[in-house]
Amino acid sequence: MNIPIGHYLIFSAIIFVLGIYGLLTRRNMIALLISIELVLNAAAFNFAVFHCFMHGGDPAGTVFTLIIIAIAAAEAATLLAIAVVITKQRRELDTEKLASLKN
Amino acid sequence: MIGNVFMDNLWLAVVMPFIGFILIGVFYRARWHKLSALTAIAAVGVSTVIGWASAINYFFGGYLGQTMELKKFQWLQFSANLAASFGVLVDDISMVLVVVVTTISLSVHIYSVAYMGGDPGFRRYFAFLNLFTFSMLGLVVSVSIVQIFVFWELVGLSSFLLIGFYYTKPSAVAACKKAFIVTRFADFGFLIGLFLLGYFACGFDFIYLTSNDTIQKLASQHVPIIGVDILTLSALLIFAGAAGKSAMFPLHVWLPDAMEGPTPVSALIHAATMVVAGVYLVARMFPLYCHSEFALNTVMCIGAFTSLFAAIIALTQFDIKRVLAYSTLSQIGYMMLALGVASEENTSGFSASIFHLTTHACFKALLFLGAGSVIHALETNDLRKMGGLAGYMPWTHWTFLIACLTIAGVPPLSGFFSKDAILMAAFGSGHYLVFGVALATAGLTAFYMFRIYFMAFQGNLNNESAHPHESPILMRLVLVVLAILSAISGFLPFQRLVHRGEIFHEHGLLIPVVSVLVSGCGIITAWVFYGLGLPIADRFAYAFGPIYKWAFNKFYIDDLYYIVTHKIIFRYICSPFNWFDRNCVDGLMDLIAKAILLSGEWTRKTVVGKISVYLLWSVLGVILIILGLVSWSYLGLSIEKGLTAIAVVALVFVFVWQLILNLLNRSEPLKKIDRD
Repeated sequence: MNIPIGHYLIFSAIIFVLGIYGLLTRRNMIALLISIELVLNAAAFNFAVFHCFMHGGDPAGTVFTLIIIAIAAAEAATLLAIAVVITKQRRELDTEKLASLKN
Repeated sequence: MIGNVFMDNLWLAVVMPFIGFILIGVFYRARWHKLSALTAIAAVGVSTVIGWASAINYFFGGYLGQTMELKKFQWLQFSANLAASFGVLVDDISMVLVVVVTTISLSVHIYSVAYMGGDPGFRRYFAFLNLFTFSMLGLVVSVSIVQIFVFWELVGLSSFLLIGFYYTKPSAVAACKKAFIVTRFADFGFLIGLFLLGYFACGFDFIYLTSNDTIQKLASQHVPIIGVDILTLSALLIFAGAAGKSAMFPLHVWLPDAMEGPTPVSALIHAATMVVAGVYLVARMFPLYCHSEFALNTVMCIGAFTSLFAAIIALTQFDIKRVLAYSTLSQIGYMMLALGVASEENTSGFSASIFHLTTHACFKALLFLGAGSVIHALETNDLRKMGGLAGYMPWTHWTFLIACLTIAGVPPLSGFFSKDAILMAAFGSGHYLVFGVALATAGLTAFYMFRIYFMAFQGNLNNESAHPHESPILMRLVLVVLAILSAISGFLPFQRLVHRGEIFHEHGLLIPVVSVLVSGCGIITAWVFYGLGLPIADRFAYAFGPIYKWAFNKFYIDDLYYIVTHKIIFRYICSPFNWFDRNCVDGLMDLIAKAILLSGEWTRKTVVGKISVYLLWSVLGVILIILGLVSWSYLGLSIEKGLTAIAVVALVFVFVWQLILNLLNRSEPLKKIDRD
C-alpha cells in the first residue's frame, strides 16, 4: 500500500472526465452508454478508495460501490434493450437523428 | 301605541326601497315594465306609510323635543374611543325630512309610470329611483357623520346615474360627469372636515358632536399655523361639502346642467330632496355653526349671494327646466341664508329654513312635474316655442299656476308663510343687507316664475307643428295632490314643531305686507312684460344690453370654470403629469418588462433540447463552482459570500456566453421551439 491516495483520485478523475467528454461529444447511443459506465465506475472507484483509506475494514463504504454497480448494470440493461428496439425500427443509433421523440 | 311600532321600525322605511332596488335591478327582466313599476311604488309606498306614521307619532304623540337613536350599532371601530356607528336618528328635522322625501318620492314614482311609459330603460329607471330613495332616507336618519357621508355619496351616485339616464346623449353624459366631479370635489372638503372632527373630538355621533362639551373642546383647539380654531375650520369644510351638494355659488355649475336627466328625476333629486341635503347637513350640525360666528356668517353670505345671483340668471333663461333649476338654486340659497341668520339666542332662522325646505319641496316638485307635463306634451324645453297652453292642458295649467303663486309667496299658500318666516328671521337678526337681498330675491322670484307662466300658458302657441294634449290621468293625479300639499302645508305650526331653543316671534304686519307687495310687483311686472303680448321684454333686454348678456350667459361662471380647468389646470398641470406618467412611470415599467423579455429570449436560446448541451452547462457550472470555492478559500472569505459571488459570476458567464452565441448566430434550435 505504498501508492498514495492522490494517485487513486487522479486516476478516477481522469476516468470521470473521459466519461464526461464522451457524453458531451459522442452521438452514438452505445458510445454514450459506455461513457456513462465510465462516469459511474469512476464514482464507484472513488468510494472504494475512500473506504479503504478512511475506514479500514468497515463494510459501510463498500455498500455504495455495490449499489452503484447494481444500478449501472440495470441501467446498461435498460439502455441496451432500448438500443436494440431502436435499431430494429430505425436502423440507426445516432441520437441527433433520433430526436424525433422530442416536441 | 300603534305609532310607536312604526317608529321602532323606521329602519324598514329606509331598507324597503333598497330591497326594491335589488329586486328590480338584479332579478327582474328588462321588459317587465309593469312589475318593476309596481315593486318600486310598493317599496316606496311602505316607506311613506311608515315615515308618515312615525312622524305623526313623533310630533303629536308626546315625543316632541326628544332625540332618539334607534337600532344603533357600531360599524367601524377605529380605536378604543373612536367608532363610527350606523342607526336611525329620530328628531324633529329628521322626521320632517323623512316625510318630505317619502312623499315627494312616492309622487314622482307614480308620475314617472306615465311620464316614462314606453322608455326602453323603464326598469333601470325605477331601480335607480329606488336606490335614490333608499340613499336619501338613509342620509336623513343618519346617527353619525360617517353614516351621513356614506349615504351622501350614495345619493351622489344615484344622482349621477339618473342625470346620465339617457346615456346615448352626449350632453347628458357630460352633465352627469360634471355633476359627479363638482360634488365630489366639494365632498373632499366634507371628508377632511369629518376627519378633523373625528380626530379632535374623538367621536362621530351627532349627539356627541353637538353637545356643549365637545363644542367647547373643539373651540379651544387651534390649528397651528393658520390660527383658526378647529370648530370653525371643520364647520367651514363641512359647509364646503354641503355647498357642493346644494349647489351654492361657486359650486352651482352642475345643477342647471343636471336638467339633462328625465324631468321627474329633476323634480325629485335636483329640486326637492337631494339638493337640500346640504341645508339638512348644516341644520344637523347647527350647534357647531352656532358657536362659530365666522362659519355661520359664511353660510349666510353664500346663501344670500346665491339666492340673488341665481334669481338674476333665472330672469334671462329660455329653457323652462333651467329657469326652474336656477330658481331651485335661489331657494336653497334662501334656506342657507335662513340658517345663517339664526344664532344661539334667536334660532327662528333655523326653523324657518326647515319650514321653507318642506314647502319648497312640495311646490318645486310640483313646478318641475308641471314642466314635465308640458315637455311631455310639446317635446320641447324652449319657452319661446310654448304659449297658450292654458287652453290645451287645463289641469297642468291650474296646478302650475298654484305652484307659481306659492313660490311667489301669495297668501295663504305655503310659500308665503315659509318665505315670510325667513324674511322675519333675517330682519330680526339685524342683518338688514341680507334682509334686503332676500326681499329683492322674493320680487325677482315672483317675476321669473310668472314670466314662465305667461310665456308657457298664456298668449298664443308659437309652434305650428305641436299638438299639445293633456297628460295622462296618473300625472294629473300627482299634480293635483302636490298642488293641494303646496297650498295647505303652510298652515302647519312649524315653529312649534321644529325649533332649537327659544324663538322670538315678531307679530308685526309690516314684513308680510312688504313681502306680498314686492311679490305682487314682480307678478304685475311679469304680466306687463309677457302677459300683454307687447315687445317690452325685448326692449328692456336691449336697454340693459351688456348686463342682460352677462346674465344670459350665466355670468360666465361656466366659461370661467372651462378656462380654469381646460386652459390652465389641464394644460399646465395635468399635461406635464400625463407626460411624466406616460414616459417616466410607464417607461420604467416598460423598461423592466423589456429587460426581462430580452433576457428571457437570451436564456431561451440555451434551451436547445440536446442533453449533451445541458450536460455541458452543468459541467461548466460545476467547474466554475469548484474553481471559485478553491480560490475563495485561499482568499480567506466566508463560504456564503463565496457562493453568492460564484452565482453572480456564473450568471454573468451564462449571459456572456449567450451573447456570444447570439452574435455568432448560433440560435438555430430556437426555430424548432417557435415551430410549435
